[in-house]
Amino acid sequence: MILDRLVAAVGNTPQVRLASLERDVPGVELWAKLEWFNPGGSVKDRAALSIIQDALARGQLAPGGPRALLDSTSGNTGIAYAWIGAALGLRVSLVMPENVSDARKKLTHIYGAEQIFSDPQELSDGAQRLARQLARDYPERYFYADQYSNPMNPAAHESTARELWEATQGRVTHAVLGLGTTGTAMGTGRGLRRRNPAIEVIAVEPAEALHGLEGLKHLPSSIIPDIFRADELTRTLRISTDEGWDMADRLREHEGLLAGHSAGAAAAGALRIARELSAAGKGGCVVCVLPDRADRYLSPPPTA
Amino acid sequence: MAITVKIPAPLRPLTQNLSEVALESAATVGAAVEELSRRYPGLRERLLDDKGGLRRYVNLFRNDQDVRSAGGLEAKLSDGDRLSVVPAIAGGR
Repeated sequence: MILDRLVAAVGNTPQVRLASLERDVPGVELWAKLEWFNPGGSVKDRAALSIIQDALARGQLAPGGPRALLDSTSGNTGIAYAWIGAALGLRVSLVMPENVSDARKKLTHIYGAEQIFSDPQELSDGAQRLARQLARDYPERYFYADQYSNPMNPAAHESTARELWEATQGRVTHAVLGLGTTGTAMGTGRGLRRRNPAIEVIAVEPAEALHGLEGLKHLPSSIIPDIFRADELTRTLRISTDEGWDMADRLREHEGLLAGHSAGAAAAGALRIARELSAAGKGGCVVCVLPDRADRYLSPPPTA
Repeated sequence: MAITVKIPAPLRPLTQNLSEVALESAATVGAAVEELSRRYPGLRERLLDDKGGLRRYVNLFRNDQDVRSAGGLEAKLSDGDRLSVVPAIAGGR
């Protein structure tokens, strides 16, 4: 692959068959899209690039311009903004809960982003409130990207939908997607449904308010993102931290996939759907999106 | 003097929306968790697993020290200590 610039490498990620899981579900195809092949190591490269390109086109951001991109993030979006900002000459300021993993803090820091930490006990909602406040107080200093409300977040996943559609040659029947900002689920779901309205769009969310599925949001106890439309989901599966973590272990041990926690949860959801289909004697082609790789989680966050 | 326990946002529905709870006394972190659970049913299973150990994705800090490196649930508490319940992860993206 030869590229003019690194941002051209965002998207077109590999889709891999989960052969070891398929043995549990005769008659059903099970596929995973590996989003950690994006240059920043996660699915969030798509949303960040789409948001930044839109802001550049509208003149809200400019290389060497007066305003820095500001957003709240628990990590992956921040890493994506940080490297894309470096590549395009844009300053980036990130508000993160203080309990994000060390790996995420270090990565955003070495790309040169400004870091602002919010109260860890308020989680990502606290970071969102602080970013909103900073954007209100310093409009001349910041362009507030607001990934939870920015329509360019879901719009980025038209590409994800097209890639899934093309890779399965239109066979996809069920898409299983984790809920964080909800951009991946909303955008991928829309793109797939436009191609075939019968495709079922299934969301995965943590079963517990206090959970260990980093990157996923427990919506019943969180600020609901403006971009979220519950009626566009066929159904929502609630996955426990243990089920997600156990699936991440299984993917690593049997598929060689170093899946992160939210990836484990998405694959666990996909396997549940595939089991239902198989048990009912129905075929199907189930795809899931694996947001990032486990090396984002290897160091626990030592902070109070 | 007492022990102050800081409660993270996701658990506040269980603590009548209190972000801080004062315990008159608790000799250890485990005793503090037990006292909290007596007062606020449902907290115990959020913090501890089936075997009574601290859940893998829950961190407890005594003042600024992770109790996992200080004896875990056996870690001693003294008057004036602050115990913080901090989710190991932040959620959202």
